[in-house]
Formats: sequence, structure tokens, C-alpha cells
Amino acid sequence: MSGAVYGFAALASLAAGALGVHGLLGGTWTLAVPWLLPLGGLELAMDRLAGLFIAIVALTALPVSWYAIAYDRDARGGRGAYLAFLGAMIVVPLAANAMTFLVAWELMSLASWLLVAHQREAARAAWVYAVMTHAGFACLLIGMLWLTAATGTMAFADWRAAVPGLDPTTRHVVWALLALGFAGKAGVIPLHVWLPLAHPAAPSHVSALMSGVMVKLGVYGLVRVSLDWLGVGPPWWGVVILVVGTCSAVIGVLYALVDHDLKRLLAFHTIENVGIILIGLGAALVFQPVGAPELAALALVAALYHTVNHAAFKALLFLGAGSVLHATGTRNMEEMGGLARRMPWTAACFLVGSIAIAGLPPLNGFVSEWLTFQALLQNLSVARPALNLAFALALAGLALTAGLAAACFVKAFGISFLGLPRSEEARHAHEAPAAMRAAMVALAAACVGLGVGATLVIPALAAVAADLTRGAAVPIAVFGGVTVRVSDDFASVSTLTVAGALAAALLLLAVGVRLVGSTARARVGDTWGCGRILQTARMEYTATAFSSPFKRVFDFFYRPRRRLDLDVHPESRFFVRSLAYESATRSIFDDWLYAPLMAGLRHTTATARALQSGSANLYLAYILAALLLMLVLG
Amino acid sequence: MIEIVIGGLVQILAVALGAPLVVGLTRLLKARLVGRRGPSPGQPYRDLVKLLGKTPVVSSTTSWIFTFTPYLLAATMLVAALVVPVLTSRPALGFAGNAILLMALFLLGTFFLALAGLDAGSAFGGMGASREVAVAALAEPTVIVAIFALALRADTIDLGALVERLGRAPSLALNPAHLLALAAFFIVMLAETGRLPVDNPATHLELTMIHEAMVLEYSGRYLALVEWASAMKLLLFMTLLANLFVPWGVPASAAPAALALGAAVLALKLAVLCVALALLETAVAKLRLFRVPELLAGSFALALLSVMAVFLVP
Repeated sequence: MSGAVYGFAALASLAAGALGVHGLLGGTWTLAVPWLLPLGGLELAMDRLAGLFIAIVALTALPVSWYAIAYDRDARGGRGAYLAFLGAMIVVPLAANAMTFLVAWELMSLASWLLVAHQREAARAAWVYAVMTHAGFACLLIGMLWLTAATGTMAFADWRAAVPGLDPTTRHVVWALLALGFAGKAGVIPLHVWLPLAHPAAPSHVSALMSGVMVKLGVYGLVRVSLDWLGVGPPWWGVVILVVGTCSAVIGVLYALVDHDLKRLLAFHTIENVGIILIGLGAALVFQPVGAPELAALALVAALYHTVNHAAFKALLFLGAGSVLHATGTRNMEEMGGLARRMPWTAACFLVGSIAIAGLPPLNGFVSEWLTFQALLQNLSVARPALNLAFALALAGLALTAGLAAACFVKAFGISFLGLPRSEEARHAHEAPAAMRAAMVALAAACVGLGVGATLVIPALAAVAADLTRGAAVPIAVFGGVTVRVSDDFASVSTLTVAGALAAALLLLAVGVRLVGSTARARVGDTWGCGRILQTARMEYTATAFSSPFKRVFDFFYRPRRRLDLDVHPESRFFVRSLAYESATRSIFDDWLYAPLMAGLRHTTATARALQSGSANLYLAYILAALLLMLVLG
Repeated sequence: MIEIVIGGLVQILAVALGAPLVVGLTRLLKARLVGRRGPSPGQPYRDLVKLLGKTPVVSSTTSWIFTFTPYLLAATMLVAALVVPVLTSRPALGFAGNAILLMALFLLGTFFLALAGLDAGSAFGGMGASREVAVAALAEPTVIVAIFALALRADTIDLGALVERLGRAPSLALNPAHLLALAAFFIVMLAETGRLPVDNPATHLELTMIHEAMVLEYSGRYLALVEWASAMKLLLFMTLLANLFVPWGVPASAAPAALALGAAVLALKLAVLCVALALLETAVAKLRLFRVPELLAGSFALALLSVMAVFLVP
């Protein structure tokens, strides 16, 4: 039964993927069904940007649905919500008027909420998710209705035409509202609080879609509103996005470093990667109005490329985490270890995902981060020192993020998959079934392909970027079929060459070492234990210990709280009977933003309760007062 | 075409064979500075040959990562040797990437080495891995911003083109802001290659090791590859420093005569750098691990100042 549903989802994804690729390559069409929805009816329109995001959604959903056939075999329902979720995500980029968009958007949120709420232990996660997603929806609703009122139309195509005549204040307010709503869905700091709760709580295949794809629709919205619906905005829109993106990238990875729940760690990396995407988008929004549309197009290509890449490697990593969860029953890295020997396929795929997300060559994460760097590095053409300083700090932030992400995935892969098993469950872990392995291998192949085949992907993305920057010449040229050149001779990269050179060097070394040195097989012995005979998992470095240098370096941010309870023998304090150690970090966003906000909200609602006394006479008086007020105002 | 291939091969051989000499020379100089006779500069070669001939011992807890890593590490250095302008400013794979690719290649090696450190399941390996990635991550922003400072002045980020343009315009290379970037880059070089005051390559004292703790489980040919790769990394970083900040005498062609000239000039620059490194390492003590981030933050500030100098002083 569930197999049939997921099989259908996979087939539908394949079809939608073909549709998306057709749109990405330039196919356009529109579809209107006026009777289906009130106020404007269902209107769909395909363009390159929509095609790109549909392709991302569908081509990620294809392996994920395939994986779910084996993974979600005995689920307690939620398959209908899965289909609705998938369908809504495919309709969102196609929506051509505000009504269609908002209905599809809300359907997507509700379906994913159901999938989270379905899990028994996820009550709080579901609640926070519902609140945050509806706060975002309210912003979108107000923004879109405002724009509709100002332009007199709900159709996006008419917005484009009407916006140049709009009063600037309206434009800024609408942009702020819509950007806030979309940024909330994208999980941008400080609107991220729902993301590390909701994404890990959902079943792993749903987590893969939520993290890999759903947050991307927030990015889609930001691109649409900032470059399409509202035309070219002032540079400060871009600066806001750039700063928010840099903060999200650095803070996301900092949280991931100290989190030892494998799925939550991945969720924090989603925040980081959305930050990297927004760095590219923000740079584009700064370049566009200051007279450098080519650089805007370059930055946009970088941002879109990272969007595609993140979908591939984040889905892969979540599926890998799902396989580990399936095999060991835990998400806690401190109870894993040694899985590389027990689950070689999962480990290899997770390693590919780790290298890709850490931005290491020659895989896909490297290409898009490299492009982002090139876009940022050319900011001298913007001759304003304040903007240049913002760019320099974004560069530094991006570099720090790349370094910390590599460190974090050393932890994620090394602690989970290497060394000795840290629990009985990890010792008896088993490899994932064939369907799950096939899905992971497909996504791993996509990570490799998007990396070494960058020269094939970039022209398609450049066409999208050219559309969005009103036909700017994208300063990226493919040279000799393998090299990507940016801004003539400013920089060039060829991942295919690097991959080939690495492979050749490996071969050369393997042969060379055999020729020069001893050919004896390695002897197998114990790990050196300072003279101890028996090595156990308790002597291994833990994830907590691994992240401790980072905790100390960034303690102003983590504000760690350590507690050590020693129960000593009454006779001598040198004999410890039991020991409890706790080390927790505190979230500055919970303490300084959400806690006061919630306290204020509670206070306001408590005060407002005075209105609701329960007396029918008083309620009648309210109605009368309201009627009189309306008459007077009318 | 044939010239480029030969030039590339010569450059790879120069890096691969010259790297142990740089390590040996620095060790000899350090020994002489503290009044010891010291080993001959050729000692690292003998060590490598000896290690290659020995049967390695591999822990029973390890996976394929452990034995694969030394090969990958050495391979990243060999590829990097074709990207860095060593003997000529037009290296064979210069088109395949720039400074950012180079840093990412080094980070790829560090990534795998840290994984291998965790693979044997000993506390030392984990400790070294954790510290090494912390230092590498914190050094990353400085490198990028320092490179950015250079790229701003030369309007390119291609390493070879940077060397050529800076070499043609002495006013760029002798700019005080350029010296700030040099200082920043030098500190990062010390951190990335595990030299004093960040890490001590000569110690095996448990609590202070970084790099050595991570590779503690390696032996035989695997250890030889790891040590050789570390030597190549040091050589490549020194070359980068020498050619970017003293950009003269780097020929723009791969003709035999030009390569010979490039090799001679580079040897001179590296000898000076070895002396500087030896002097520094005998003069300073190792920093406490948790003071290292302060040093790196200082180097980042220098790099950022160098960038701001471009914007504020036209």
C-alpha cells in the first residue's frame, strides 16, 4: 500500500521533473482555470525561474520517494499529506496570481505540519512550526493584499507593469513584509527557531524534502519579490539580505558544531546553506541598482547553483541519517561509531555528501561556493566604502563558514561512522535495504555530476540569471568545454581537470609507492593505548570533546553552562561514587528575542482578557459601539 | 603544448623532491641556532626511504579511510603543485583554479587527515583532529581576505596573473598595505603548516600536539606519505608567500632556460624564508592552544586593514 503511494510519488516527480527542465530550458506556457478558486481563479505560468525550482523540487523528490518505499514501510499514515506536500511544492513556483500562490503556499505548510505533527514525540516542534509558519503566512498575506490594493490586480504579470508607478514607501513596506514571510520559510536567522525542531522530528524522507526543498521555496519567493515583482530595488535591500545571509551562515554552522543529534545538526546546516545562498542573492541585489548588472547576474548564478547543490547534498545527508536511524534506532552521535565497517554503502554516500556540503573540490558544493567568492571579490566596481566593507566582511564570513563546515562534517562523519561502536545498537547495525541504497547512490552521483559537470549546468543557470537581471550579459564563459571563466581573465576553475588530476596523482602514487617501497601487506594490530591492553569505546574522543575547542573560542556566543555533580564517599573525598556532568549551550535568540516576545504577548493577552467578561449585556454594548463607529467612519 | 607538459612535470618534480630539503634545512638551521650540530639537510630523504621500506602496522578498528587518506593527502599536494606558480607564473594547471581552489585543496587534505585521526578510535587521534580542524577553520578567513587584498590591487585572483601584475608594478608590491597582507599571510602559513608558535613539529608531548597527535597511528609507507605531504605543504605555502609578496624573478614561460632561472631565484627566496622560519622558531615558545585563536584574530585584523587601505587610500 505505502509502496504504491511512494511509487506513484516517484513517477509523478519524474514527470514534474521533465516539466521543470522544459521550463528551465526556455519553455513557457500559461494555464488558467477561473472557476477553481475564488478571487482570480487558478492561474499558472511557466518561466525559466519557475522551471528551475520545479526541477529542484521534483528531481529531489524522485530519489526521496524511492527511498521512502523501503524506509516508510510500516508508517502509521501520513502518505496523503506527503502527496499533498509534494504537489503543493510543485504548484508554488508556477503560481501566476496571488490567490493561487497563497493557497498552494498554505497547503504546503499545512501538509508539512501534518507530517511533523504525526510523530508522537514532536508536539512542541509541531506547535512552534505552526506558529512560525503562520506568522510568516500573515506577513505574506498582508504584503500581497497591500500590493493588490495598490496596483488593483492580483496577477503577478500585472504587478510587474504597475510597480514602476508605485509610491516608494509602499514598495519598501511591501518588500519588507514579503521578504519577512519568505525569509521565515527559508529559515533565516533569527526566524530559524522552528527549523531545528521541525526538520529532525519529521520522518527522514520528509526531513530531506523539508530541508532540501521546502526552504528553497522561501529563497524562490525572495528572488521573485526582489528581482521580479517589485523591479529593481534600492541597494539597501541587498545589504539587508547580505548581512542576514552572512549571519545565518556563520551562526547556523556554529550551532551545528555543538549539536550531536545527527538530524538536528543537518537542520542547522540548512540554515548555514540558506545563508550562503542569500549571500549570493544579496550581492546580486546590491550590484543590480549600482550599475553592475553583469556582476548581479554572476552572483545570481552562484546563488541559484548553491540552491540546486544544497538540494542534492542535503537530501543525500538526510537519507543517510535516516539509514543510520533505521539501523541503530538513535539520532545521537554519541551512541554511534564504527558504522563505516557495518554500513559501507551508507557511509560512502554520507562521505560524498559531507565533502560536498563542506565545499571541498571537486564536488558540487565547491563550485557554487567558488562562484559566490568570485562574485563577492569583484565588489571594487561598487565605489562606496560602506558597501565595500560589507562585502569584505561577507567574504570573511563565507570563508569562516566554509572552514567551520568542514570541521563540523569531520565531526559528523568521523564520530558517527569511524572508530569503535559506542553502543550495543551501533555494534549490531545493518546496511540499509537496496531501495534506500539506490536512492542514496543516485543523489551521491548527482553531487559528483553537478561538481565535475559544472560547465554543463552553468549555461542553463546563466539563462535564468539573464532573465532576472533584464538581459544582462552574464560574465561567465565556458572555455574548452571544461573550464569556467569569470569576468574574462579575473578567475577560472575546472573541477573536471582537478578531479582528473587527483585521480591521476592517486594512481601514480599507488604505483610509485609499490615500486619504491616495501610491498608487504600491512600488519594488523591494536590502536596504541599508552600501554593499556584493552581498547574500548569509552577511550574514544566524543562528539562533545571534539567540539570543545569551538565552544571555548566562541564562548561569547554559546554562553556554555557547565555543571559537575560529584558524589564522594563519606570517608574520603578521593573516592568518587557517582559523577554527573552537564554542559549545555544557551541560545541567545531564545533568551533575548523570543522569551521577551512571548512574555510581552502573554502580558497583552492577559490584559485583553478584561474585555471578555462573559456578560451578554456587555457584548451587546460592544456590538452597538462597533456599529456606531462604522457608521461614523463610513 | 609540449612545453607546458614538460614545465608541469619539472614543477611537480621540483616540489616533490625539494620539499624534504626545505624541512631538512630548517631543522639544521634550528639546531645550529641553539648550538647543536644537527642532522644533515638530507636526513628527511633518508627517513622517507626508510619508512617506505618498512611494513606498516594498521589498527584493527580502522576502515578504508585510514589507508586511503595518505594517498589522497599526497595527491592533493601534487595537484596543488601544478596550480601554484612555483617555477613559472604560468603553471600547467593554472587555469583549473585560483587561490580559493588551492585553499580548498589543502582543506580537503586536512578533512581526510582529521577523519583518519578519528578512525583508529584513540583519544590522541581525536584530540589532534579536533584541534587541527579548529586551527584550519579559523585560519580560513585570513587567507581569503589577504588574497582579496592582493586581488583588489591587481584586479585578478588568478595566482599566476597576480604574480605577473604585481611584479610589473613595484608601487603595488612595495605598498605598506601589501606588507600588512604579508604579515597576515605569514601568520596563517605558520598555523596551516603546523609550525611554532601554533604547533611544534618536533614534539610528541601528549598535551601540546596537534598535527603529530592526529597522525600518531601511521607507520611505514603511510607515515612516509603523510610526512612527505606535510613537507610539500610547507614548501608550497613558502613559495606562495615568496612569489606573491616578492613577485620578481618568476619567469612567464616554461622554456628550459626560464625554468632554470625561476628555480635559482626561488631557491634563494626559500633559503631566506628558511632562515626566517628557523630564527622565529628558536625565538618564540609555543602558544597555549586557546591563545592561538587570538593570534589568528590578530592576523585577520591585519588582512582586513590591508583591504580597507585600498578603499580608503585611492
